[in-house]
Amino acid sequence: MSQMGRSIPRLEARSKVTGRAEYVHNMRVPGMLTAKIFRSTVAHGRILSIDAEEARGMEGVYAVVTGEDVRKIIPNPYFGPAFHDQPILALDKVRYVGEAVAAVLASDPHIAEAAVQTISAEYEELEPVFDEVEATLPNSPIVHDELKPAGTFADLKHLAGRKNTNIALDYQLRRGDVDKAFAAAVHVFEHEFRTQHVLHVPLESHASLAIPGEGTLTLHTSSQTPSFVRMEIARLLGWPENRVHVKVPFLGGGYGAKVYVKVEPLAVALALIVRRPVKVALTMEEQFYTITKHPVTFRIKSGVDKDGRITARKCDVYWNGGAYADIGPRVAQKTGFTAPGPYDIDNVSIDSYEVYTNRPPAGALRGFGVPQLVWAYESHTDLIARELGLDPVEYRRKNILRDGRPHATGTIMKDAGIDAVLDRIAERMNWSVAIDRGTGRIKRGRGIGIGFKASISPTTSGAIVNVSADGSVVIFTNTIDMGQGSDTAMAQLAAEVLNIDAEKVKVVHGDTDAAPYDMGTLGSRSTFHMGNAVKLAAEDARDKLVALAAEVGLPAGTNYDVQELFRKRYGMRAGNIVGVGSYVPSYTPPDPKTGQSANVTPFWMVGGAGAEVEVDTETGHVRVTKLVNVADGGKIINPKIARTQISGGAIMQLGFTLTERMEFDGGQVTNASFADYKIPGFRDVPPMESELIAANQENGPFGAKGIGESATFGVSPAIANAIHDAVGVRLTSLPIKAEAVLRALRAAQGNPLAEDEE
Amino acid sequence: MSETRTIRFTLNGRSESVAIQPHWNLVELLHHFGLTGARESCGQGLCGVCTVLVDDVAVSGCLYLAVRVDGKKITTVEHLDEGGTLSPVQQAFIECGAFQCGFCTPGFVLMTHQLLARNPDPSDDEIRHYLSGNLCRCAAYPEIVEAVKLAAKLQKQAR
Repeated sequence: MSQMGRSIPRLEARSKVTGRAEYVHNMRVPGMLTAKIFRSTVAHGRILSIDAEEARGMEGVYAVVTGEDVRKIIPNPYFGPAFHDQPILALDKVRYVGEAVAAVLASDPHIAEAAVQTISAEYEELEPVFDEVEATLPNSPIVHDELKPAGTFADLKHLAGRKNTNIALDYQLRRGDVDKAFAAAVHVFEHEFRTQHVLHVPLESHASLAIPGEGTLTLHTSSQTPSFVRMEIARLLGWPENRVHVKVPFLGGGYGAKVYVKVEPLAVALALIVRRPVKVALTMEEQFYTITKHPVTFRIKSGVDKDGRITARKCDVYWNGGAYADIGPRVAQKTGFTAPGPYDIDNVSIDSYEVYTNRPPAGALRGFGVPQLVWAYESHTDLIARELGLDPVEYRRKNILRDGRPHATGTIMKDAGIDAVLDRIAERMNWSVAIDRGTGRIKRGRGIGIGFKASISPTTSGAIVNVSADGSVVIFTNTIDMGQGSDTAMAQLAAEVLNIDAEKVKVVHGDTDAAPYDMGTLGSRSTFHMGNAVKLAAEDARDKLVALAAEVGLPAGTNYDVQELFRKRYGMRAGNIVGVGSYVPSYTPPDPKTGQSANVTPFWMVGGAGAEVEVDTETGHVRVTKLVNVADGGKIINPKIARTQISGGAIMQLGFTLTERMEFDGGQVTNASFADYKIPGFRDVPPMESELIAANQENGPFGAKGIGESATFGVSPAIANAIHDAVGVRLTSLPIKAEAVLRALRAAQGNPLAEDEE
Repeated sequence: MSETRTIRFTLNGRSESVAIQPHWNLVELLHHFGLTGARESCGQGLCGVCTVLVDDVAVSGCLYLAVRVDGKKITTVEHLDEGGTLSPVQQAFIECGAFQCGFCTPGFVLMTHQLLARNPDPSDDEIRHYLSGNLCRCAAYPEIVEAVKLAAKLQKQAR
C-alpha cells in the first residue's frame, strides 16, 4: 500500500494524550541547579555597577553570575547566527529592557527567584531609539558601535566593521528600469503600511539543561536547530564539535521562537562556571524579552498602464530587528526579495533594511517576514483595483505571476500554484455571486489576499535509515518534531521507499551524536530538504538490501523476507543495514547589486485567504464570518496533519491580525502575560474552510514540499480588504482592533474622535 | 526557605504522604512524584496547561497550593489510561488529530473528561464555551471540537 496520502495518526500520538511525551521543560537531573535571570530595566545604557551582595549571601543561593564572570571562561562571549553581537549576559552596555544582566543559581528555583529580586544595577542611561525608520536617520542613537557579522552567511560578510549605523543589512534588488516605467505609467499608487510588535509564545517557554562532563558537555534544549546549537556552542568554547552533545525531545511549540540559539549559551556558561548541571527555563513573561516578530514599515509604490497591468513597483521595507540581530538580516534579504508580491512586473526596485533598535530582538516567526509583506502588498493591490474600478480577483488574475515567467530575481517560476490557489479561493468564496451587504449598523464585506515565499537556500540535510536484522526500521534525523508532524512525515517517506507500514518506523530526532547535520527545522524546509535526505537514505538502505540478497544467492527480483536475508548472511539474527542520505539543492547566489539569480530557491510556497466580515459601524467591532484558507503544498504526505497546519497557521495569523500587540512604555513591555496579550482562544475561531490544492513539486520527495507557513500569508490583508469592502475605510496598521476601525469610521464621516482631531 | 509540612492525599488511586514546602503549587507536588502531564505554562491560571482534577473538579495546578490537597483526591492525565487502555477521550483526540505539539493536550483531555461527565452530549457551542479556558497556540481548536464530539459518541457506545 502506498504510504503517501495516508492520514495515519502521529507516531507519538499516544505519548501526547497520556501526558508522557518528553519536553525539556519537564526535565530534571540529580544535582541540578536552576538559574533565574536579573534583567535590565533601561532600554539603552552603560552598566556602571551591579550590586548582588545580598543575593550572594542568601541561604540556598549557590552562585550569582554576571557578564564579567562569563568572560573569564568564554573570552568572546557574543553569539548569534547572523552577527556575533549578543552577549551571554550583558557586557558594558544594555540595549533593551529585559536584557539578561545577571543570573542566580540555586537548587530551589524559588530561592533563585527571591534572590534575583534583591539584585540592583546602576546604569548611565543613553538615549534609546525604538522606531525602525527613525533608527535609520542621520542623528539617531546608535545601538551597536560596530557591525559584527558572524561569517556563517556569505551575503553578510561585506558588513564587517561598519560603524555609526543601525542598518544591520541593506539588501537591494534592481530589475528593469523603474524610473522610466514610472514616468510612462498612466497611474501611480503609493502607500505605507505598518505592522506591530508580536511574538510566538509557544506554551512551552525556552528551556535548556546543560550537563558538564570531563571536557564534554551534554545539552538538552528546546531547539528547532540542534546542529546549529552544537556548532555555536563549540565555537564559543573553542571546542571541537564532537565534545558537545545536543539532544532535543519534543517541543511544546516553536513557530520560529526556538531557531538558532537563544538560552543555550547561558545554560552552558553557567554549567561550566559552577561545574554542575544547570537548567535555564524561561517563564512566559520572559519570552517577551527573548525573541519577537519584526514590526515593519513598508512603503510600496506601483506604476500601472492603461490596461491595468502593473509595470513598475518600488518597495522600501524597514524591519525593526530590536537590539540583537538574531536571524533578522536574513529575514530582510531572503524575504525582502519577495516584497513585490506574486505579480508579473518587469521593472522592480527593492530596498530592504534590517534595523537595530532598543526593542527586544526580532527573528523568525512562521513565515519569516512574509506575512508582514503580504499584509502590505495585498492591501496595496486591493487599493489599486478599487481605484481603477476593477474586481479584486480579476485584477489579480491580470497581473499574477505564472509558472514559466520570471520573478523579480530573474528566477523562472516553477511548480508555484499561485493562479490555482487564487482560483480556488475565489471558488470557495463564491466570488461571482454578490453577497448580502448588511443593513442598519452591521455592514458586510469580503476580501482576499494571496502570497508566496521562497525556501531558504543554500542549505543541507542529512539522514540515516537503519534496518535491523528483524526488519524493523529507525530513522535518525535532526529535524525536530515541534507539532508539525515531521516524525510521521519522515516515517511515511521512508516506508514508501522500503514498502513497509509507516506506523512501524521509529524516528530518533534531535541527537547530534547520532544523527547527521541538518540546517534546522525552520522555514517550512523539512518536508522538502530532510524529506529528500530521508528518501535518499531509505533508497540507499533498499539498494543495500538488494545487494545483500544477491550476495546470499537470492535471484534478482525475488520477494524475500528481510529477516531471512540477515540469517542467511550472518548465520544467526545479527547485523544491520545503514542507509545514508544527504540532500543539497542547487542554488545560484543573487548578484549583490541587482539581486538577480537564475535559481534563487529550490521551491516556492503559495498560500492565500478569503474573508467575509461583519463590521459594527457604531462600535468598530469586526466579526469574521468566514475564513477560507488555500495553499499549494505539492503532493500531500498526510492529509489530516497537513490540514491542521493550514487551519492552525491561519488561526495564529488571525491573532496577529485582530488582537495581538506587544505594548511598550519607553521600551518596557507592559503586557507581558496572557492576561493582557490576547492570543486566539476557542471563542476567536471563525467558521473556516481549509484546502490544499492538488499539486506536485517536481524536485520534492514524491512531489511533496513544505506547508507550515503558507496559511499565514493571506489572512491579514484579506480581512483589511473585507473591512474596506464593508465600510469603505482602509486600515494600514496591524492589529485591526475595534478601536482602530471606529477611529477610521469616524474620521471618514468627518466626525473624528476628539483626540484624533488635528 | 521555610519549614516543611506533611500532607496526605490520594494520587491516581494510591494513598500518598509527603513533606512539602508550604509555597509549593500543585504542579510542583506532581513533579515530585514524576508526573509531568500537568505543566506550568502561563503561570497565571489562564491557559489550562496545568489542569489537574482535585476531588473530580478541574483546577489550575499553577495557582493551587499543594497544601490544599491535604485529605483530597488528585487525578492527573496519567491516570486515564490505567491498565494500558486509553480513555475514549484520549482515543478520540488521536483519531481526530486534535493536537500538534501536545504540550496543552493533557489539559484539554482532562477538561473534556469533566465536560462529558457533566454533559454527555454537548453541542459545538457548549464545547467551545466549556473549553474556552484552555489555550492551544498550535490552534488545533477545530479538531478538538471534533474530538470531543467523537468522545461523547464513544462513551455512549461504551455504556
